[in-house]
Amino acid sequence: MSKVFVPRDSAARSVGADEVAAALAKLGHEVVRNGSRGLLFLEPLVEVETKDGRIAYGPVTIDDVASLPIATAGAHTLRLGNIEDHPYLKNQERLTFARCGITDPVSVSDYVKLGGFDGLKKALGLAGAAIVAEVTESGLRGRGGAGFPTGIKWKTVLDARADQKYICCNADEGDSGTFADRMVMEGDPLMLIEGMTIAAIAVGATKGYVYIRSEYPDAIATMKEAIANAVAAKWLGANIQGTDKTFHLEVRRGAGAYICGEETAMLESLEGKRGTVRPKPPIPALEGLFGKPTVINNVLSFAAVPFILAEGGTAYKNYGMGRSRGTLPFQLAGNIRQGGLVEKAFGVTLRELVETFGGGTFTGKPIRAIQVGGPLGAYVPASQMDMPMDYETFAAAQAMVGHGGIVVFDETVDMAAQARFAMEFCAIESCGKCTPCRIGSTRGVEVIDKIVAGEDRDANLELLSDLCQTMTDGSLCAMGGLTPMPVMSAIKHFPEDFDKPAALAAE
Amino acid sequence: MSQKTTLLDLSPREATAAREIALRYGNRPDALLEILHDLQEHLGFIPEAALPALAKALNLSRAEVHGVVTFYHDYRREPAGRHVIKVCRAEACQSMGANELVSMIERFLKVKLGQTTADGAITLEAAYCLGNCALSPAVMVDDKLVGRVDAKKFETIVAECRS
Repeated sequence: MSKVFVPRDSAARSVGADEVAAALAKLGHEVVRNGSRGLLFLEPLVEVETKDGRIAYGPVTIDDVASLPIATAGAHTLRLGNIEDHPYLKNQERLTFARCGITDPVSVSDYVKLGGFDGLKKALGLAGAAIVAEVTESGLRGRGGAGFPTGIKWKTVLDARADQKYICCNADEGDSGTFADRMVMEGDPLMLIEGMTIAAIAVGATKGYVYIRSEYPDAIATMKEAIANAVAAKWLGANIQGTDKTFHLEVRRGAGAYICGEETAMLESLEGKRGTVRPKPPIPALEGLFGKPTVINNVLSFAAVPFILAEGGTAYKNYGMGRSRGTLPFQLAGNIRQGGLVEKAFGVTLRELVETFGGGTFTGKPIRAIQVGGPLGAYVPASQMDMPMDYETFAAAQAMVGHGGIVVFDETVDMAAQARFAMEFCAIESCGKCTPCRIGSTRGVEVIDKIVAGEDRDANLELLSDLCQTMTDGSLCAMGGLTPMPVMSAIKHFPEDFDKPAALAAE
Repeated sequence: MSQKTTLLDLSPREATAAREIALRYGNRPDALLEILHDLQEHLGFIPEAALPALAKALNLSRAEVHGVVTFYHDYRREPAGRHVIKVCRAEACQSMGANELVSMIERFLKVKLGQTTADGAITLEAAYCLGNCALSPAVMVDDKLVGRVDAKKFETIVAECRS
């Protein structure tokens, strides 16, 4: 009987991977539940181990299982050939996701076999400052969306004097269109553990938390399993690999509050409090969790670190463009034919991602708008698809790369409704601490309703613009501060959607 | 003070459960979210009577515990149906017809988002991103994610919930 791989990733499970895996096991095959390769449009993706590599079939439904020629890995309408040669995978530049999808994600021995813990091994022999220097050299910027240089953040914590320091991983991936954090935690969780441990050694922290949103039960379970395995193999906990380095890591569940993806709200939540935003300063690097110096990074930032340590900061820096160095795992989502995870160096254009990898819309209708960077990111019109994915290029176009989430909309989208939703979402998820966000979002919904109804349209558009300016300038954090971005981009690029009654009257 | 005692006395089961779970976390106030999650898994919701017991165990004020319980969307103040179905209505799912899906589901189950069906089988809730944005629209049935949901798939889910 053959060795077959069926992902345990929750996206794969959401379209029947468990049932397919069970059916294959019933036929007597050895089934390994691997992470997902990120070709989510092909899930459940079944791979058969052969002497010529792993031959894939997908998307496999439970009804297809009986007809799959597993023993020979031969012809079938669902046969995709050697998965490593699939253009969707082959044309990527996978540094962070190099291992994801190959093995059982919680197996420490599999991880080590594929180069896992090479970065940590190196870090164990280095002084904190040398580790920070390597990360600084890589040019890595915070992958959560803000793009702050990771090395500078770490240096601040390293230089702070305190009896206790913390490492906190922000895994509250609440942005629609993003799932790369989830895929790391479900598909290669030991890499996140390694990255956080390197951070701990670098700055002198001994305790860390992974704050995972409760909407990700599979990620929570997999992280806990991986942490237990890492501790058992002495890669985590007291005296890591027999050295004097100690790092204890704990998973904490969120409780359904989008705002806890904001770093200071997350700290409050980790302290067991309401997730309200803290004013800055003090910055968390100096006064963070329980008032102690704290490194807070996104999952993808920590996940990039093992490569940087193992291969060197320069190797990472050699990818990318301008001040955006390295790679970003982009997430192709929404109305897209070939949705999934595409890790590419910065500089790839939005068009390459959406058309070459994504294959256009799922519905087959023309693309009208693409929201890049989550619910707080701008709606980019199809005419701007040739922009390279680069923090500065997007900022200059009043847009943002954010966490690399790309949500495609076809021509049926009503952009006034999308703008209204941005305000509505802010009203639902605002922590309520500052007025521009708490009240501005509700007023924003009302004003957009008036504009769409044709009530004093010009005056209300001006009022909306003024309200957005107030929210941008006056909000404590990015929730209220960036909600205007999708709203104003919708008005700027799709003004006709805000002018419907008049347009109808003209017909 | 007497009222506090009465509440505890009226619901010894809830208060005891709250105290036991808090103790599992060493009565650490920073573990309040975890404690509330566990309590909700155990009892199905966060009963009013648990709050003073938790406050006492964690050395917090009742207002602080109440504040946390009411801040987070996950915690329910009353029991839910036997199954909870969360329907994603965030942007990626919207681009694949989530709003139409929500309307269809509401008509089919004869409840609005946030309500429970008359037979107590299903509580319907909105979610804002389930992380399945490449296989939209998505719903979550208890802890199980389902992608590419259409009317037919949803009817199967409901039938399973009711069986």
